[in-house]
Amino acid sequence: MRYIDPHIHMSARTTDDYERMAAAGIVALIEPAFWLGQPRTNAGSYMDYLSSLVGWERFRAAQFGIRHYCAIGLNAKEANNEALAEEVLELLPRYLLKEGVVALGEIGFDDQTAAEEKYYRAQLDMAKELDMVVMVHTPHRDKKTGTIRSMEIAVEQGVAPGRVIIDHNNEETVEDVLQRGFWAAFTLYPHTKMGNERMVEIARRYGSERIIIDSSSDWGVSDALAVPKTARLMLDSGISAEAVEKIAYRNALAAYGQTGQMAEKDWLEPADIDQRTLFEGNSVLRGQQPRVDELQQIPERIKDLVFK
Amino acid sequence: MTPHELLQRWLERQLPPAASEWLEKSATQIQASGKDADLYLAVSLVSRKVGKADLALSEADLREAASARPQWNPRDWSADQAARVFLVLALESDPERLARALERLCNSADVSELIAFYRGLPLYPDAPRYLGRATEGLRTNIKGVFEAIALRNPYPGEQFPQPAWNQMVLKALFVGSALWPVVALDHRANAELAHMLCDYAHERWSAGRPVSPELWRCVGPYARGAMLEDLERVLRTGTELERRAVALALRASPDPAASALLQRDAALAKAVARGELTWERVAAT
Repeated sequence: MRYIDPHIHMSARTTDDYERMAAAGIVALIEPAFWLGQPRTNAGSYMDYLSSLVGWERFRAAQFGIRHYCAIGLNAKEANNEALAEEVLELLPRYLLKEGVVALGEIGFDDQTAAEEKYYRAQLDMAKELDMVVMVHTPHRDKKTGTIRSMEIAVEQGVAPGRVIIDHNNEETVEDVLQRGFWAAFTLYPHTKMGNERMVEIARRYGSERIIIDSSSDWGVSDALAVPKTARLMLDSGISAEAVEKIAYRNALAAYGQTGQMAEKDWLEPADIDQRTLFEGNSVLRGQQPRVDELQQIPERIKDLVFK
Repeated sequence: MTPHELLQRWLERQLPPAASEWLEKSATQIQASGKDADLYLAVSLVSRKVGKADLALSEADLREAASARPQWNPRDWSADQAARVFLVLALESDPERLARALERLCNSADVSELIAFYRGLPLYPDAPRYLGRATEGLRTNIKGVFEAIALRNPYPGEQFPQPAWNQMVLKALFVGSALWPVVALDHRANAELAHMLCDYAHERWSAGRPVSPELWRCVGPYARGAMLEDLERVLRTGTELERRAVALALRASPDPAASALLQRDAALAKAVARGELTWERVAAT
């Protein structure tokens, strides 16, 4: 089975992760712009970060045969530094329409402050104007209120629910999100948020329509293989292959492929290897052979790398 | 015709009318509005509006390119690259503004955009202004970006001071790029580079790794003394291809000892003398 991890912060991960992800069947991923763990103090460092998402990180993923897409936006935490936020908002149009930018995100609430709401609304307006999909981060604290408020504001700003992915759901929020017509994504963090078994129960109860799973892996304790591992657990628990494929691959493609910036042909029918496709070179592999052509050998390796 | 006009003609000929109109309109808007934001958005949108087909050029087109701008060789350009350079050149009449906008574009570029901007280097007005940008671009770890500057691009040969030129050639070998598409490779050969390349060959030999036969092309014209020992070593122990490369290098050397060395292998010496061996053939093998 093929997988997409539609929320993972690869800038914080090593090439070991890329290698194992490719071996486990992840063909594409989405890296949303987010907080770096340490607050940024100026727009220049934000700009370099956004450039790395469309530049170096995209190239790095390609070395392992994984297609890298990204979401660009001002995250909720840093919306509270208004001087920074104003400047970042001015930078965003330079990135939002670039090739492979599949969404505006991740945006939304953290502490649910007035500043967060102001920049959330401003970015929703931007998404509407540029006809973009939106990835919404829901708060860890006071989650249910924050999630409902995020959806209400999106509707108020005139963004269609079908264009919005509400991320980091749990058992308490999923019904509201699905009922209102939004996409419901679940983050599979080890120890916190959604554990793999809980996700299996959610799939049993709510089916596979508009449900998406992701790892949100970053520099914290997280698992870059959460999507394939959870998919395997679902299959082992008797959930149909068709449903698992939707949850771990097809729904993410449908949601984030709406603007044509991510398409299955990108990885099923890659262009010939030449200097324009970027699927070559070995500057990351430092003298080892590129792995790109070896991906067909994956099935034997999955058991060793992923499921032990 | 100027390169800008040629790009316009080729794109108009190749693109569907809607894409072509969008491109024209965008270029006009960029010139008229004075707002760099128009340029940023148009450059981003090229991948959606124009697509990534190869730029379809005939031999006659390539001849026109080279007469519009000496050594300009857009043979392997794609339509999106041509369109992006075309949009940047909409600011051609205002070199100050073009330079400022291009610097900002490069700072927020994705990989494909960077490749296009660097391929356009020989076409921007006031060429010396872009020296810093070009050498900065060579520091990339992305091979496609490096090659956009180093290969089939007359800019480095015309503008780079010797240290930058030498670093570029050495890095080309280091990242596994071919040398024959480097414009002015023979013209810019120098003694310092020849020494650097011989040191590099020794490094590779110590690590038990192969040495590109093309390396000896830049060594030949300055090969004397200890460098001849390196050539002798390859002539003695190298593969057939390496030996052909060394034969060509020896022929280019001004040192009489070099021609004596070459005469040791009568067949190779003869092939070189008859012009049967060329660097292009060595590179193509």
